[in-house]
Amino acid sequence: MSAETLVQLLYLVSTALFILSLRWMSDPETARKGVFSGVAAMLLAVAGTLAGVMATGGTHYWWILGAFAVGAAVGYPLAQVPLTAVPQRTALSHAFGGLAAGLVGTAKFFLYYGQRNEAALTTFIVVALVAEILLGFLTFTGSLLAAGKLQEVKWIPQRPVTYPGQNLTNLALFGVALALGVALVLHPLAPWAPWAFGGVILLSLAFGVLLIIPIGGADMPTVISILNSYAGLSAVAMGFVLNNKLLITAGALDGSSGLILSIIMCKAMNRSFFNVLFGAFGQAQTSAAGGEQKAYKSDTVESAAQVMEQASLVVIVPGYGMAVAQAQHKVRELYDLLKKRGVTVKFAIHPVAGRMPGHMNVLLAEAEIPYTDLVEMDEINGDLPQADVALIIGANDVVNPAARADKTSPIYGMPIIDADKAKTVYAIKRSKNPGFAGIDNELYFLDKTFMLFGDAKSVVGELARKLAGDNSGH
Amino acid sequence: MMLMEHTETPPSHGAHPAPAAGGGHGQLDYMGALFVFMLATFIGVMVIQRVSRLLHTPLMSLTNAISAIAVVGALIVSAGKDYPGYITALGLVAIFCSTTNIVSGFLITDRMLKMFKKREGGGSTSASKGEPEHAPRAIGGGAK
Repeated sequence: MSAETLVQLLYLVSTALFILSLRWMSDPETARKGVFSGVAAMLLAVAGTLAGVMATGGTHYWWILGAFAVGAAVGYPLAQVPLTAVPQRTALSHAFGGLAAGLVGTAKFFLYYGQRNEAALTTFIVVALVAEILLGFLTFTGSLLAAGKLQEVKWIPQRPVTYPGQNLTNLALFGVALALGVALVLHPLAPWAPWAFGGVILLSLAFGVLLIIPIGGADMPTVISILNSYAGLSAVAMGFVLNNKLLITAGALDGSSGLILSIIMCKAMNRSFFNVLFGAFGQAQTSAAGGEQKAYKSDTVESAAQVMEQASLVVIVPGYGMAVAQAQHKVRELYDLLKKRGVTVKFAIHPVAGRMPGHMNVLLAEAEIPYTDLVEMDEINGDLPQADVALIIGANDVVNPAARADKTSPIYGMPIIDADKAKTVYAIKRSKNPGFAGIDNELYFLDKTFMLFGDAKSVVGELARKLAGDNSGH
Repeated sequence: MMLMEHTETPPSHGAHPAPAAGGGHGQLDYMGALFVFMLATFIGVMVIQRVSRLLHTPLMSLTNAISAIAVVGALIVSAGKDYPGYITALGLVAIFCSTTNIVSGFLITDRMLKMFKKREGGGSTSASKGEPEHAPRAIGGGAK
């Protein structure tokens, strides 16, 4: 068996294992097997590549080993971040992925250019190279910026940055990049080709920044998903350049995952891709929030505890505010105490609760709440009219009935959790200010709604204490 | 067959002025590559549509790690013989980036998945590997 056949066989097995890895993610019961399979696939891919490189006489092995070691040393602490920081870590990881693809593409181009290798720089290859560096470097800066926004780094603006003619500027720059790309495809060995190539790199780096600055914090789950897709597609382009089917397959798997998650996120916010990318969400709200002052009804923790104790079904609607207040573990205490009294407790999870797809589930799972009680929006909405209490913790827009009724609201049409259909609504809120997207929420002014003002952690903690105290008193 | 193809097609082929010799063969391969891309995308979409919404965050960190397959390209570039130093350097930085994603991606995915528990106390507590494979019908895990 020739070395090349061995390499291709290893790649074949690796591809199958990558597909299985994602297949096993369909169920929490088998998901960890999926990670194992993914690791095995990656090891085979690296082993196969090394075998191929050795067979044709490679060098620099000590350097390569060093790069692996430093990468592992940086990667390990990145895996230990608190779960609230997972969105930032994910964005940072997309940045690394994009950079890797961009650098390999750059290296390949200058290698062929230096060799005056006309045979290698075919139209197809140059198109793939341009796509690779465009997607790679755009993902790099875009993801860095997204990570910075999520981390709330001080000098990165949280609010969308917009200016007149913004989309036109981006479009014009894109036109320039495209023209440079076409010129490269036609004359890859021209004396000016390295400059054109460098121009495409610079423009791609700029695009990453320009495309992300007009996007507001509320759209971050979608943006992360789109960047996920780009990172995968840049790996596909690299596969085309190197004519490597493993790269194409694994990249395509990543790309389609990002695509599906983006679609789910867009649907969950009733927005189109185009609207997310170019719509500059968050501009209209400043005017909407300035309406007349209405009166909240607040209630004491004691009576809230009593109502919940008498309930047979309590639906908890968590939002990112719960995670910010680090209230998950208190919520879990409350959940336990209510369960002990025979109350059925379910969590209603909106697809965009949290800062990336599925984020809220992870945060609640960390607090050891069984995943069987975490219910998706579509499923829980059928049960909400039977719910005695809907307890809203740090969520706002995802329970705002304006999304159903008020055509002037910026969130009109967004699917929401029907908390307003429960018999009683309790909402824990830090202050009387509107939520993340800056929109007033009429749910808080309903007759059946009672506000519990205060820090989510301490309010839920008190609720739990009241329930526990009652128990020992009897 | 294709791995080393381009690195080993220096101008020797250039006896034919245009990419005639290499190009004809290459064209065929590119069609193959496009087929692979198309099929892999369909497989990806179908497999990922079945992933429970519960697990979308771990899914994304897993695909992060998978997209670090770019390490393959980085290795090929870094290990090339007689390449200029700056090419090797670019490749090595790419290896570093990819390895960071591989290590952190797989580790954090596993760390998160360990937290997903079905029921506390008796019976099946965790989604660990040792578990029998039946009971796939989790309530929150509907695939739609």
